Amino acid sequence: MQKIMREQLIEKAASLLNNGTVTAVLGWGKGEFDYDVTPAVFKTEEELKAGFVWNDFCGANFSKYLVKKTDRLEGKLLVFLKPCDTYSFNQLLTEHRFDREKVYAIGVPCNGMADIAKIKAVSGEGISAVDTNGEKIAVTTIYDDAPVMIDPADVLAERCINCKSKKHVAYDELLGEEGDVIDSARFDEVARLEAMSADERFAFWQNELSRCIRCNACRDACPACTCEKCVFDNPASGVENKSPANSFEEQLFHVIRAYHVAGRCTDCGECSRVCPQNIPLHLLNRKFIKDINEFYGEYQAGETVGSRAPLVNYTTEDIEPGEVFDRRDK
Amino acid sequence: MRKCSLNAVNEVFAEIAKAAKLYLPVDQADGSAAFKEWENGVTWSSALNTVKSPKDLFFPQTEDLMAFKTEGKSIEVIDTRREVEDFVVFGVRACDVKSFEILDRVFIKEPVDSYYASKREKGVIVALACTKPSETCFCTAFGICAEEPCGDVSAWKTEDALYFRANTEKGEALMKRLEALTEECGEDAVNAQKEKTAQIMKKLPLAKLDTGAFGGGKTEQLFNAPEWDELSSACLGCGTCTFVCPTCQCYDIKDFNTGNGVIRYRCWDSCMYSEFTKMAHGNNRLTQKERFRQRFMHKLVYYPENNDGLFSCVGCGRCLAKCPISMNIVKVMKKLGGKDSE
Amino acid sequence: MSNYEETLIPQVGVITDVRIDTPDIKTFRVVTLDGKKAFDHRPGQCAMLSIPGVGEAMFSITSSPTNEEYMEFSIKKCGCVTEWLHQAEAGQQITIRGPYGKPFPVDDVFVGKNLLFIAGGVGLAPLRSVINYVRHYRDRYGDIDIVYGSRSKDDLLDYKEIIEEWATDAGVKVHLTIDNPQEGWDGHVGFVPNYVKELGFDTNKTAVLCGPPIMIKFTLEGLTAIGFDKTQIYTTLELRMKCGVGKCGRCNVGAKYVCKDGPVFRCDELDELPDEY
Repeated sequence: MQKIMREQLIEKAASLLNNGTVTAVLGWGKGEFDYDVTPAVFKTEEELKAGFVWNDFCGANFSKYLVKKTDRLEGKLLVFLKPCDTYSFNQLLTEHRFDREKVYAIGVPCNGMADIAKIKAVSGEGISAVDTNGEKIAVTTIYDDAPVMIDPADVLAERCINCKSKKHVAYDELLGEEGDVIDSARFDEVARLEAMSADERFAFWQNELSRCIRCNACRDACPACTCEKCVFDNPASGVENKSPANSFEEQLFHVIRAYHVAGRCTDCGECSRVCPQNIPLHLLNRKFIKDINEFYGEYQAGETVGSRAPLVNYTTEDIEPGEVFDRRDK
Repeated sequence: MRKCSLNAVNEVFAEIAKAAKLYLPVDQADGSAAFKEWENGVTWSSALNTVKSPKDLFFPQTEDLMAFKTEGKSIEVIDTRREVEDFVVFGVRACDVKSFEILDRVFIKEPVDSYYASKREKGVIVALACTKPSETCFCTAFGICAEEPCGDVSAWKTEDALYFRANTEKGEALMKRLEALTEECGEDAVNAQKEKTAQIMKKLPLAKLDTGAFGGGKTEQLFNAPEWDELSSACLGCGTCTFVCPTCQCYDIKDFNTGNGVIRYRCWDSCMYSEFTKMAHGNNRLTQKERFRQRFMHKLVYYPENNDGLFSCVGCGRCLAKCPISMNIVKVMKKLGGKDSE
Repeated sequence: MSNYEETLIPQVGVITDVRIDTPDIKTFRVVTLDGKKAFDHRPGQCAMLSIPGVGEAMFSITSSPTNEEYMEFSIKKCGCVTEWLHQAEAGQQITIRGPYGKPFPVDDVFVGKNLLFIAGGVGLAPLRSVINYVRHYRDRYGDIDIVYGSRSKDDLLDYKEIIEEWATDAGVKVHLTIDNPQEGWDGHVGFVPNYVKELGFDTNKTAVLCGPPIMIKFTLEGLTAIGFDKTQIYTTLELRMKCGVGKCGRCNVGAKYVCKDGPVFRCDELDELPDEY
């Protein structure tokens, strides 16, 4: 259950549309079921009332859409941002990827989003309704008249279990109360991988990445991946966006991507959310974040606009490569 | 019709695996299922369906086509095709079985694609009837009978037994091998299950999805529909829908320099990708809207136009479950098909 | 090995001659290793040429089917395969497979007709096959007009053949034009569509167009404006292709696959396709 109700968001958006502050609203559009929401642009109060959704399935991070959706827009675009989305928002501004003047950002508190796969693991297939407005999530299936009641905490999306912040780091207006940065356990899983032997770790990733179908969903959803032309789309690179030629190539894709977003990744978790094969891709990025924290001091990408990331900011106090090497098995 | 006890299912698998490679859905660590080769100790998944469809076993995501040796100005072409060995794919759902008819019409049409055709010749499909379909299922819209799948052998799983009916010569041969492990039986249990499933199919939320607005000859009405803008607006341009789709069959051919010759291989490709139609001097589909439209027009209009009205979608629901932004063929059909489709 | 023939597996060909036509177009003569023509083809059909490790691409066969000794391909340098070919010398082996696509209807529809060929730039390449075919069977066809234009005199493909052979044939009129005035050029100056308008052809002809999309668009408009019906006009399309046999999906437009249902289309057939070619 979210603190702010759908009706409040619609009311807010409608008033901003009606008084001319914004010309369009980027929100979550109603799907076929209660859980399959699609990012959508709303232009009128009627459209909002008919199709705007705010529930426990509004996981999509809208920050990246701002790059394209504000490009030729007349006036301002209203965007609703969850706390984690605001970090990507700032990071994209740091990289000059969209025009801040064209956006009206409203911060929305978030209690964490639900993972439909986890819900189905409890309720089974055949969902006819999911109600997330109560204390418990009520899931009705075509197989049973009585709904299955599920504790939201049991079906939280992975990235929400390890939520790093309930605080919005960017907005024009905030709905509800501001939250805090959370001292999360998000690096525990990385530490577990670090504790493995090199062979074990290699086997772990080989097994996970062997499921990769090279659909590029991780890259295409990633707010840090906003290159106009990705190397993996360049036919001359020999690694353009196709299925991997061999297992080496599928590792190459993810490792290169992780390197490319290192220091810029805000740990929003979109990569793992969208992966059709449930590969824990965020762990690659989190490893970089953990390393950067340990080598250069705590740094959170997107916390502020214009911050210089440690990897692009040479100082004489920087850690020596030799010391990094010595720590490799720590 | 023949049956065996569910307790004996591993003996059946072992018997099949003696003479042919056996692939069946297996649960993976992440909770999803995938077709894997059976060996002693592997457990058959009870999942409704796999993430990747079994088309992978006939039209693999990556497949070597040939090799070349080059030296100076000369080239040697090496036919690397090998005799395909017999294999059995067990537990294929009705939707996925139908997908092979759709793929056959592309690959086993002159000039025959030998890579696909030889696997179709050797592969035996044991289809499994559905009993607990998902809300994302809409195979009925395409005339598919989930409770009575085709394939070389049709199978039904009840509480305690597995029932088989051979439909083809290949299927008969397989059942012959299983004669000692199965017994002749009546059809009552299977008929009861079919009846029950048929009732469930009617209750599915997408049971009434109507294809009436689509089919060959509908290009003019649909191609310039204004709805494509909104439908494609959030599309990320990734290939998830394409790669989990049992009927998508576009491919790319690429050369891989091994340092000791060249391997020419093919791999799945996606019309959703920006480079799909890119030529040296231009690209005839520059926007994601055009690429998005191509995928659905092909499934719902172009393919049926060339194939006696057969749609290139089997309603398996994989794209509904896996699209990162939850845009899919059902939403496209409902939006473009007007009120009639709802 | 498989019991099936496999169209995707090519045969080895050898380049026996490389002719420099224009600053960016070369014409390659190709035969099999034993010196024969790789396969029979019809005018307008294409072949897949490849260099292992570089890639494979579709090219129209420039030579006429009546040439029984070899095939020729006029290739403009524009991508990785073509760039590689442009560096190749005689004796270089390549791979070749085909023929692919639907040819021009030279043996039925075109018979007895007056023919008007209109080409721009490298667009002459696919038409050369038809032109030389109808010249070979000259008495089957009526009058022949050839309108051909390029950026400059140096960019005119097959210039020598046009002047020495085509222009000297009885009943064949050649109309050349270049985009801008040039020293040593006393012929027509101007774009092809305008030149076609100026020439003002009778509509008792079957027209065949090939060239850049913009040229085709305006020439087509010009021809229909003076009374040509779209059923009298043929053209060839070019899209990205990989398999050449209507399976890989790349050249799919509407219900057609350009590689097998084209590349030759009658212009009224094109009207039925969605506008994405």
